Amino acid sequence: MTSVAMSEPPPRQGPGRRLSTFLYRHPRVRLWALLAVPALWLGGVYLGSLAYLLLASFWTADPFTAQLVHEFTLDNFRRIIETPVYRDVAWRTVKMAALVTVACAVLAFPLAYYMARIASTRMRNLLVVAVLMPLWGSYLVKAYAWRTILSGEGVINWALGPFGVEFDGYSNTGLWLVFTYLWLPYMVLPVYAGLERIPSSLLEASSDLGGRSIRTFFSVTLPLVFPAVVAGSIFTFSLTLGDYIAPGLISSDQFIGTVIYREYGTALPVAAAYALVPIAIIVAYLLVARRLKAFESL
Amino acid sequence: MVESPLTRFFVRLGAGVTLFFIYFPLVVIALYAFNEQVTQQWPIQDWSTKWFSVAFHNESVRAALKNSVIAGLVATAVALVLGTLASLAIARYRFFGREAVTFVVILPIALPGIVTGLALQGTIEDVLGPLGVRFGLATIVIGHATFCVVVVYNNVLARLRRTAGNLDEASADLGADSWQTFRYVMFPQMRTALLAGGLLAFALSFDEIIVTIFTAGAIQTLPIWMYATLFRPTELPIVNVVALFMILLSIIPVYFAQKLAGDTGVAGREAERKAGRARR
Amino acid sequence: MRRNRLAVWGAFALLIGALSLVAAGCGGGDDEGSGSASTEIEGLGANLDEIKANAKTEGQVNLVIWPGYAVLTDEFTAATGCKVSTKDGASSDDMISLLQSGAYDGGSFSGNATVRLMANGDVAPIDTEFISNWDDIQEGIKNQDYNSRDGQAYGVPHGRGPNYLMFRTDQVPEGTDSWNVIWDDDQLAKYKGKISIYDDSIFIADAALYLKATQPDLGIDNPYQLTQEQFDAAVELLKKQAPSVGEYWPGDVAKQIQSYTNGDSVVGTTWPYQYVELQKANVPVAIVKPKEGTTGWSDTWMVSSKAEHPNCMYLWMDHMASPEAQAAVAEAFGEAPVNIKACDLTKDKSHCDTYHADDEAWWDDVYYWTTPQADCADDDDSTSCVTQADWQAAWTEIRS
Repeated sequence: MTSVAMSEPPPRQGPGRRLSTFLYRHPRVRLWALLAVPALWLGGVYLGSLAYLLLASFWTADPFTAQLVHEFTLDNFRRIIETPVYRDVAWRTVKMAALVTVACAVLAFPLAYYMARIASTRMRNLLVVAVLMPLWGSYLVKAYAWRTILSGEGVINWALGPFGVEFDGYSNTGLWLVFTYLWLPYMVLPVYAGLERIPSSLLEASSDLGGRSIRTFFSVTLPLVFPAVVAGSIFTFSLTLGDYIAPGLISSDQFIGTVIYREYGTALPVAAAYALVPIAIIVAYLLVARRLKAFESL
Repeated sequence: MVESPLTRFFVRLGAGVTLFFIYFPLVVIALYAFNEQVTQQWPIQDWSTKWFSVAFHNESVRAALKNSVIAGLVATAVALVLGTLASLAIARYRFFGREAVTFVVILPIALPGIVTGLALQGTIEDVLGPLGVRFGLATIVIGHATFCVVVVYNNVLARLRRTAGNLDEASADLGADSWQTFRYVMFPQMRTALLAGGLLAFALSFDEIIVTIFTAGAIQTLPIWMYATLFRPTELPIVNVVALFMILLSIIPVYFAQKLAGDTGVAGREAERKAGRARR
Repeated sequence: MRRNRLAVWGAFALLIGALSLVAAGCGGGDDEGSGSASTEIEGLGANLDEIKANAKTEGQVNLVIWPGYAVLTDEFTAATGCKVSTKDGASSDDMISLLQSGAYDGGSFSGNATVRLMANGDVAPIDTEFISNWDDIQEGIKNQDYNSRDGQAYGVPHGRGPNYLMFRTDQVPEGTDSWNVIWDDDQLAKYKGKISIYDDSIFIADAALYLKATQPDLGIDNPYQLTQEQFDAAVELLKKQAPSVGEYWPGDVAKQIQSYTNGDSVVGTTWPYQYVELQKANVPVAIVKPKEGTTGWSDTWMVSSKAEHPNCMYLWMDHMASPEAQAAVAEAFGEAPVNIKACDLTKDKSHCDTYHADDEAWWDDVYYWTTPQADCADDDDSTSCVTQADWQAAWTEIRS
């Protein structure tokens, strides 16, 4: 072994090094030092706020002044369970979220497949940029642009005019289109990453064994990419579940987000109680997603 | 290539349809930026570039832009620090509650924004308010940083998982202390992941509206300015101009983020393909 | 192993528990409404000169307003040094919660917000000495129950207007003069999907008003203070209407303007502002105050008791009461000013006549927005009415 000229400074003595040695010898302390600040932030600020929300759901708001009255009551939960409208709205929102997720998956798949397995490198880079760019395009303007597109005098009806078809864009169908549009990039990227990770050798082996494209697709590709689809679905589902801006612009129906947004100002406890519904749904969804190994595909 | 020509045809077709779907509303926005009229009718009757100069001279747009940039930079900085710390802990250590940490880091971005916004607003108003905290840039940053952490966390964690831990051990064996190891060994490996994560975190913060509505108080970020202006019929066209500007402006950071993060993705595939061909 | 995991979850739970206790403890200070009726606000000057000087230091005023209510802001900033930042409120409930957040110095509030804000101490009474335009404001608007309390004035009146019935003249007969066009079964069927309704619980009063005219045996007198029976009837009427409604516009005037422009809505309730804008764009619409009367609003500028910039706020309130600002906003929004000197300054010299600024009789069947209260806001202890909270809950059900 020849001596290598040291380009790094010689070991220092002093408090920095002593601290570093101490940390080296005590991995637990190192761990806590690393975790302390993030834990305090996420645990304290974020979870603490959620805890406050949970607390508020057990209080009431004074019917006249809207100030919070700190008395324990289950009235809010009784109300959201017993009044049919809350159930209907929750069910409607979940249905919409599911439909949006399916539409996003269907639309994202060909594009992601093309990007991952068929496109040349340059094309792929270009397409990734092309898919990411609309994420910057401002959610609001996109939603409002769709308002004009969906209008009775908008682009869609203008295009359908010659066929004599009239499309009522300001409906839940229109809203479904808008949501699908808004969250599509969030599905394309994980699916693209997932498809990319599949080694070509597996697909070649499948075809060597006599499988045609379809068979390979269903037996090999789909199961392997499924966790990535689930990962993407976390976003499309969760973003649809809580949204309150797009429904207000496009549809007249109420959704979980719009109900919460309307009520939080003067009836915070009811809004807080109702907010537990999407929280519970998402937590359940996340637990299932984790089981399906989606977290590694995020 | 394994796919049959027929499959490839359909895939190309599907991809084309999806791309068209993604871009035609953006084209519509771009067209409306040149719409002379205040009302958004289709087809567009008169064309004009006057709204560009109106937007440029509008003081609230500039103030909102400034707020968005400051909030974005600070939130990204906080997210970089917190995300790196958390991912270092997860990647290099085994401890109980590890899964819980992953869960909690993902939670802010998985839970619907309205829940996060509601929770933060209630806490700031009722708990921190009496302590003298007012709504403003600081509260905006708190909200943004909280869910930007996960973006950085994911990127850095993915990178840390790909790099072996024994390089750090080797560095220590050679006599470096923890800070030197971090500076000369770990950080260079993480650099591009940090940059990619930071760019994406900034993008997330810049465009955020759902949570920001709850945490901003009277301050306007660019999305909040847009939301307020969408309700003002006489100033609506300015929003189209600003949106077009933001879309065009976004090509640069997004392109770089992709270049930086793509060093294993794209290059890996290329290498694999070449290796596969070589084997034959 | 299990012990460690338990320890982690235990620590977690402890953390949440501790925070909850903190939250509960800290929260306790909030539900005291300030009983004092002092005009003192922290930082407010003791006389007009001090206020003007302080305002220059403050340099900013944050307002919650109805869309279009802040006019001549550049002139104001030049004169006082206070920059103006505004937030449009969607509804009175929305504006109350915005003001309570402490981020705003004040705003323009309607009667269904002011009553609550005054009772709760969220707004401070004003010292009319500091408002130079105070004496020019119509006497009939001052010292009403929606802008004063215990004889103290709580704000500077802004203007008033009715909620009109607006329709497209190419789709709805020109002579339409009754609310039945949005309530009757056959009319609902005719205009299904093209009706535009204000999205706030206060609209229940409009239903009550229609019932007052069409079902007198219900005995509705004040459409805001309703017995349970009257209330249920109104809610039923609204639920019957809901399937035919094409859009509920939540203070988002641009949304309603766009839908009338495109013909997606042809009839509904509106504020004069939308009518003025649609006229400018040459869309064929007409407005009318129907023969059954209508709901309306008389708005007041009020200052938050926790205002960060109280001096700028006082100067702003005075500015909005000035003839120039009154004229500007009355024409832009299409409402009646409260400072008659403004009538000489409007571009359309007949503006005040068109909008009945001086015609008190015309306002007799305009019921200004106010807050439903459990005690019916009258001196009769035996009556009890449906509360604001119940109105809100019912609205969520009506919207379904």
